[in-house]
Amino acid sequence: MISAVGLRKAFGDFEAVRGIDVEVRRGEAFGFLGPNGAGKSSTMRMIAAVSPVTSGSLRILGRDPAEDGPAIRARLGVCPQEDTLDTELTVRDNLVVYGRYFGIPRSEVARRADELLEFVQLAERGKAKVESLSGGMKRRLTIARSLINRPDLLLLDEPTTGLDPQARHVLWDRLFRLKQQGVTLVLTTHYMDEAEQLCDRLVVMDKGLIVAEGSPLELIRGHSTREVAELRFGVGEHEALAAKVEDLGERVEVLPDRLLVYSDDGEEVIARVHERGLSPVAVLVRRSTLEDVFLRLTGRTLVD
Amino acid sequence: MAPDLPATSARPSRWELAWRQSDYWLTVYRRTWRGSVITSFLTPLFYVLAMGVLLGGFIQVAPERLEGATSYLAFVAPGLVAAQSMQLVVGEVTYPVMGMVKWNRIAFGMTATPLGPADVVNAHLGFLVFRLATVSGVFLAVLAPFGVLTSPAGAVGAFLTQILVGLAFATPIYGLSAGLRNEAAFALVFRLGIIPMFLFSGAFFPVGNLSPALETLARLTPLWHGVDLTRMFTLGTLEAGPALVHLGYLLAMAGLGYLWVVRRLTRRLGD
Amino acid sequence: MATVPGVAQPRPTPSALAATRILLYRNYLSYRAAWYIFLTGFLEPVFYLFSIGVGVGRLIDSFEFNGETIGYAAFVAPGMLAASAMNGAVLDSTFNFFFKLKFEKLYDQILATPMSTLDVARGELAWSLLRGGIYSFGFLGVMAGMGLVSSWWAVLALPATLLVGFAFAGAAMALTTYMRSWQDFEYVSLATMPMFLFSATFFPVTAFPGVLRWLVEATPLYRSVVLCRELTTGALSWDSAVSVVYLVAMGVVGLLVARRRLDALLLT
Repeated sequence: MISAVGLRKAFGDFEAVRGIDVEVRRGEAFGFLGPNGAGKSSTMRMIAAVSPVTSGSLRILGRDPAEDGPAIRARLGVCPQEDTLDTELTVRDNLVVYGRYFGIPRSEVARRADELLEFVQLAERGKAKVESLSGGMKRRLTIARSLINRPDLLLLDEPTTGLDPQARHVLWDRLFRLKQQGVTLVLTTHYMDEAEQLCDRLVVMDKGLIVAEGSPLELIRGHSTREVAELRFGVGEHEALAAKVEDLGERVEVLPDRLLVYSDDGEEVIARVHERGLSPVAVLVRRSTLEDVFLRLTGRTLVD
Repeated sequence: MAPDLPATSARPSRWELAWRQSDYWLTVYRRTWRGSVITSFLTPLFYVLAMGVLLGGFIQVAPERLEGATSYLAFVAPGLVAAQSMQLVVGEVTYPVMGMVKWNRIAFGMTATPLGPADVVNAHLGFLVFRLATVSGVFLAVLAPFGVLTSPAGAVGAFLTQILVGLAFATPIYGLSAGLRNEAAFALVFRLGIIPMFLFSGAFFPVGNLSPALETLARLTPLWHGVDLTRMFTLGTLEAGPALVHLGYLLAMAGLGYLWVVRRLTRRLGD
Repeated sequence: MATVPGVAQPRPTPSALAATRILLYRNYLSYRAAWYIFLTGFLEPVFYLFSIGVGVGRLIDSFEFNGETIGYAAFVAPGMLAASAMNGAVLDSTFNFFFKLKFEKLYDQILATPMSTLDVARGELAWSLLRGGIYSFGFLGVMAGMGLVSSWWAVLALPATLLVGFAFAGAAMALTTYMRSWQDFEYVSLATMPMFLFSATFFPVTAFPGVLRWLVEATPLYRSVVLCRELTTGALSWDSAVSVVYLVAMGVVGLLVARRRLDALLLT
């Protein structure tokens, strides 16, 4: 569906994307994971065939976006990071008017609009103004809008950023259903749980480059241990105590508010910490996540 | 593996792509026409009454001092028609365009579909032609009973001139708006561009009443060309030479402006 | 008595003067970046004066006003002076005020401090008057330079424009508190635009027959124009006294309503 080689995007002197290779296959859910400013959105806008490629090659649905932009966009659904809804139209009119841009006949677009409002659970809000919707509802409306042309490829840029946990779960459920219907999903996120939930395969981006690639499980196996012991000590003590627990795991990370000890057996680490006469304020054993992978690869946390 | 998209898919024509936005503009118009009644229809009419009829009642001068008009009303009416065309489109391509690329970012949503920046511009200009036609059509029809239109052919000429005047202002200012980051610049466009042109480009008094330097400046403004051409049609004083100059000037402005706006909007939507 | 560090002692609410000064300073800061907007705001009435007063004025001999014969430019200029005081005040108190009230949520932020709704109304009004006063002062300077001022009474034209600004700002602010969306602002232009054109700004009120003339004479802009024109020409009459009472009442009522409405809107 998407094939990029040596893809770059520069804005003046600033290089947002610095040469990436990406291959997305039909029917899969593919993710770009990375912090703000990693170059995810720039990449997505190039894939959406609205932002010219600076250099490198990019094929979407087998075509060159520079030449066949309209034909490609006819088959894409795009859910941008910032909602571009028409705030002065009603919820339903947003879908109808947008559908008409694809040249879909009026009666057909009306039918689809009702279907999609049902699908994103906004049916009873059809006549409401967009302004009156909550953040989660606006997001769902944007997703409904991106599906009006029955796309082969759905691009979602930070689909759940800024939503409360409940709204995120509703949205994830809808995206799951689309995936089951065979829609290829490409999404960016800086939430590791979202990437783990939704993506079959993902790339980790940092500063415009891809630093790792694989399924969530592969990435965790390849770049982290099975478990992590989190130790919380008094304010300001973490840096000094890191040396005392260094040998207990494969690796130790010092965060401002806690120490992370990477090991395949977290309970064992905790026991040994107590044996050494150290008494953390709080301890927690958990499985490794993509957050740990990212920390390992870049030395930074995803959400700061 | 079979290609994801067939190698040759028929590309919709430019007309077809522009027409796909008709529902959008229709919805916009349905929402805003009520508000636009005051600025588009009532304001110009009030100006005709205040300046043309009431103030005009105090003005008794020979036609040669009014570029051939037999009354001040007949002189000022075509000026107000042309100025209204200018103000109508300027209102439509400043803040609304800024909204489309900056505030609600609708233009970004539009170009995520098969539509490109040029299609967005085409449809928007199409909508402006519709607005110009209705507004100046109604305006001229209302003026007819005042006896300021000398012939039906002149009225048609004046009507068509309004479309051209509108487009001549629309495309360059649309281009400005499409690339603008901060809307504060619009205040300057209005205060240093549109308002002085409205007041000094021959709509209210013959530019010959200005000092020679200012007169030359006034004759260089697009509004003067629009006013003079409209006035030639309504007064029935059409002269081929000057009319062609006006026509060429306005066409060039609309055309060059069009090339510029497509380029600017493409760039704005591309980053 | 021990004080908790970091928690300020209860302070008396700021005096009306201090509160007004703070809001003036806030508006000054927000305008500083766009100084050219402040500067060019002065130009519009000047352009009208030159276009209609001078350009069109060449086609008109002179008008008789309160028994005195005056040139057309001298007739139009005080009209523009009053009209620009109205337009500036209305713009500040409708469009800008609504934006701060409903969109920027500026007043919610201010009222979370010791400031009161009356402080807000007074502060915005003071700003509007300050701005309008500077413009009027400049415009009167232009008039004097063009020889369109013929009496020492004109010195009082500056406070007169402040009164005009006060009246319109108070009334407009009160109306704005009732507005629901931007569409409602069309009604504002529906009121100000005909007033601008028909309130004896460009031609004498004698152009209107009977009832229509009474109607015009009852509009706030007509009262303002007459007041300014009598002062700059020195042809004073009881009309000016009527105008002063009319405008004071309009402003005070407007401000009181605005304050009540702001309390209802913001302190819920």
